[in-house]
Amino acid sequence: MTEIIVVTSGKGGVGKTTTSASLSCGLARRGKKVAVIDFDIGLRNLDLVMGCERRVVYDFVNVIHGDCTLKQALIKDKRLDSLFILAASQTRDKDALSVEGVKKVLDELTEDGFDYIICDSPAGIEKGAHLAMYFADRAIVVVNPEVSSVRDSDRILGLLASKTQKAEKGEGSVKEHLLLTRYSPRRVAAGEMMSVDDVKEILGIDVIGVIPESPDVLSASNAGTPVILQENSDAARAYEDAVGRLLGETIPLRFLEEPKKGFFARVFGG
Amino acid sequence: MGLLAFFKRQPKTASIAKERLRIIVAQERSQRGGPDYLPLLRRELLEVIRKYVNVDPDAIVVTVEKEDGHEVLELSVALPEKNAQPAG
Ligand SMILES: Nc1ncnc2c1ncn2[C@@H]1O[C@H](COP(=O)(O)OP(=O)(O)O)[C@@H](O)[C@H]1O
Ligand SMILES: [Mg+2]
Repeated sequence: MTEIIVVTSGKGGVGKTTTSASLSCGLARRGKKVAVIDFDIGLRNLDLVMGCERRVVYDFVNVIHGDCTLKQALIKDKRLDSLFILAASQTRDKDALSVEGVKKVLDELTEDGFDYIICDSPAGIEKGAHLAMYFADRAIVVVNPEVSSVRDSDRILGLLASKTQKAEKGEGSVKEHLLLTRYSPRRVAAGEMMSVDDVKEILGIDVIGVIPESPDVLSASNAGTPVILQENSDAARAYEDAVGRLLGETIPLRFLEEPKKGFFARVFGG
Repeated sequence: MGLLAFFKRQPKTASIAKERLRIIVAQERSQRGGPDYLPLLRRELLEVIRKYVNVDPDAIVVTVEKEDGHEVLELSVALPEKNAQPAG
């Protein structure tokens, strides 16, 4: 069984690509066969975060137009054997993707026995975002604890419930999860940032992960190594937990509180 | 100024954010899935009402509610304080 997962948000710059890269690595590291697709036509970025930008020969739109086969366009990850990346096209033609074209690619990946297809959605609520979510079985709604991000997420939830294949055909509903990212426990404690519970209460869906605000995310993207692969990083651990929950494990949330200073740090100042 | 007053001086912005979101999200959800003509209907109603009373755009709330199997179009207009001038 192939599961199609869209990583979406409405608002831009909240962490969709970071999340798509880390979740797909995490799933592949656990032996799943994973394809991660960049739906951000015109603004290719996933390749950089995955560190395979110089190996892009063909892209998503080339496959749809029949310029190449899907096999030719899939980039095999250098670190994980069962992970493949399909890059976005850099065409400026926003109509380059079509429902039929996307379906063709997803069907072929399904036939090839992929366990997971991760769709990295562009920002907005226009065509690209619509196509990224249209065939999804599950949605990971990435949200920052900030007013405009939360409001946009709610609009995305509205679209997931009405404008997806499952909704239109009455074939059940897309499973929805929240992933909070850029979370700052210190600011939450100071009353300057909404907490996980606040956001969960407003949006009313379950939380699959909380990723702390972390400088490791920038160094990871600088290096082209998804942050989940970094050692000794709380952001990596938080993403790994989210992967476990995605696979049905029960794992309590962590990194919701500021790390307590140890005795010596308190005494000697740290 | 007492210590308590010092800490209470400023309401925490996170709780303000939460309250604002609670309201706007509820409002947007109530309009969602409603007929497509709602926004236009709301705008035209606003124009008509403004011929008589100068109301703010956010003074008009149009929603469709489901009640025992049938839909009810609900319109509420908050009138301004006294001595407001009729618009143009
Ligand atoms: N947990 C985090 N901590 C710090 N910075 C983050 C975190 N998650 C994402 N970022 C930064 O936010 C920016 C936008 O992330 P990106 O994944 O490209 O968002 P999107 O795909 O939603 O536009 C990037 O500069 C990224 O490094
Ligand atoms: Mg992105």
